[in-house]
Amino acid sequence: MPVEVNTEKSIVITQTINLPKRSKFKDFLSILMVNKAAMVGAMIILFYIFIGLFAPLLAPYNPYEIILEDKLLPPSIDHWMGTDDKGRDILSRILYGSRLSMGVGFAAVAFGSFFGIIFGLVAGYYGKWVDSLIMRMMDVMLAFPGILLALAIISALGPGLMNVTIAVGAFSVPLFARIVRGSTLEVKRLEYIDAIRSLGANDFTIIFKHILPNILSPIIVQGTLRLATAILSAAGLSFLGLGAQPPSPEWGTMLSNGRDFLFSAPYIAIFPGLAISILVLGFNIFGDGLRDAFDPRMKK
Amino acid sequence: MMMFIFRRLIQTIPVVIGVTFVVFFIMQLVPGDPAVLLAGEGASKETVNAIREQLGLNRPLLVQYFDYLLNVFQGDFGTSLKNSQPVLDEIMVRLPITMELAFFSIIITIVLGMAAGIISAVKPYSLTDTSVMLVALLGISLPSFWFGLMMMYFFSVKLQILPVAGWDSILHVILPALTLGAGGAAIVARMTRSSMLEVIRQDYIRTARAKGLREHVIIYKHALRNALIPVITVVGLQFGALLGGTVLVESIFAINGLGRMIVDAIRMRDLPVVQGGVLAASLIFVIVNLFVDVFYRFFNKRIELN
Repeated sequence: MPVEVNTEKSIVITQTINLPKRSKFKDFLSILMVNKAAMVGAMIILFYIFIGLFAPLLAPYNPYEIILEDKLLPPSIDHWMGTDDKGRDILSRILYGSRLSMGVGFAAVAFGSFFGIIFGLVAGYYGKWVDSLIMRMMDVMLAFPGILLALAIISALGPGLMNVTIAVGAFSVPLFARIVRGSTLEVKRLEYIDAIRSLGANDFTIIFKHILPNILSPIIVQGTLRLATAILSAAGLSFLGLGAQPPSPEWGTMLSNGRDFLFSAPYIAIFPGLAISILVLGFNIFGDGLRDAFDPRMKK
Repeated sequence: MMMFIFRRLIQTIPVVIGVTFVVFFIMQLVPGDPAVLLAGEGASKETVNAIREQLGLNRPLLVQYFDYLLNVFQGDFGTSLKNSQPVLDEIMVRLPITMELAFFSIIITIVLGMAAGIISAVKPYSLTDTSVMLVALLGISLPSFWFGLMMMYFFSVKLQILPVAGWDSILHVILPALTLGAGGAAIVARMTRSSMLEVIRQDYIRTARAKGLREHVIIYKHALRNALIPVITVVGLQFGALLGGTVLVESIFAINGLGRMIVDAIRMRDLPVVQGGVLAASLIFVIVNLFVDVFYRFFNKRIELN
């Protein structure tokens, strides 16, 4: 039976339309800036950075100067937040304290994320016994409840802000390691990694030049949320007398001092606590906003 | 199910050994020679050497560690440097108090947290939802030690309806348990809401509504059961945060629990007590996690079977 063959030629006209490339960063920013709560969080964080940077200009009094005649004064025009048991202006101490609290928070997270990222990258990339060994070590660190690991480290190293930074940073390491390992496992399976490997790139280049930049989003979100926890933990350790020592204007130390005057001068405890709460709230709200902005389901 | 429990038990052993390893080696970070520290200032070389020999400090570290591990498994957590009493005796006196506090706190965490999360989830994006989630956000942002002090100020100092400190009656439990449980309740509320919203959007819930089932039956009989699965894991993790949090709360409310014992020991440089206390708290957390995993598995299976 003969087969009919269609010999008509079809002409296909194509027109190339050059669409503008959508920048991932612009996508991310547009989602973030629409989130009013995240913007409030960002403003809070920027405000605290501002007062920390310009504390010497903003503080009305010397935060360390003892004026016993002015001790335990309630909030007034001269002392907006009152004075403590040594006549020191509480507002000035809070302004200077923002440097210490945020400094410890950033340093602790930097310490924890540095080691956590390295452990996570190595575990996720190499897999097998390396992954098992590193992740079991992280499991052991996570077996310590709350700040107990930090307490154990402080008990060995002794009190002080530097040791608090190391202690608080240490218990962030396994959290970063887990997240980075999970992201590394996902990314290393992608074809472009195989392509780069076949082009002769070594493991160091693949891990730090090609995998790490592509897993920054969860690290940034975790880092922001961990900042909140680090500031709380550091303040808590100082509250117990294991962090910054008097006469340091660290907020936890101020709260600890305020505890002794809760009955007669509660504002000594109220204002440092409010300062910590608002800063931590800022980081939490901003961190939530970052997480939404990085979530692919939120992209339009 | 029994195989799962057995496998989890086996997996717990290396974690327990790892915890003892970390606790032992952290204490080795203490600057200075422990024999010199124990002998005191001005002690002669012979005295220091005798102490070193007596405590086995002249042996390799790994040997010392295995000795320590063996002692722990035999119930010997060392001796207090301050009162020369066995550390385990002190732990056994303090631990029940801490466990009571943790128990009441976890009840508050679960009840308050789940109730808030459910209320939020059944009316999503409403004023109720926004208010509840705002309170939850505040709950995770407030330092527990400050929250405890403020509650003490309002209820004990201003209103004088609750005691300031101590652990003698049920009234003494309220403020510390609320202080400790509130932060966890905030986290559980957010998790419950998120989990419920995911479940409520499922097709089978839509089917249940189409069938004409009443809303409270849909929420409590169908949605909540499945939404609880991730919440159980969060509650388990919160127990760890609670145990750590007892350190602060017991200090604020002058409760003679394990947390306060650890803090006092750090201040007095009584390292065997610190070591023993941290180890005990960590082992309890490991055991609680084991129970949570088993319960999670059991709960999950019941839902699958149903």
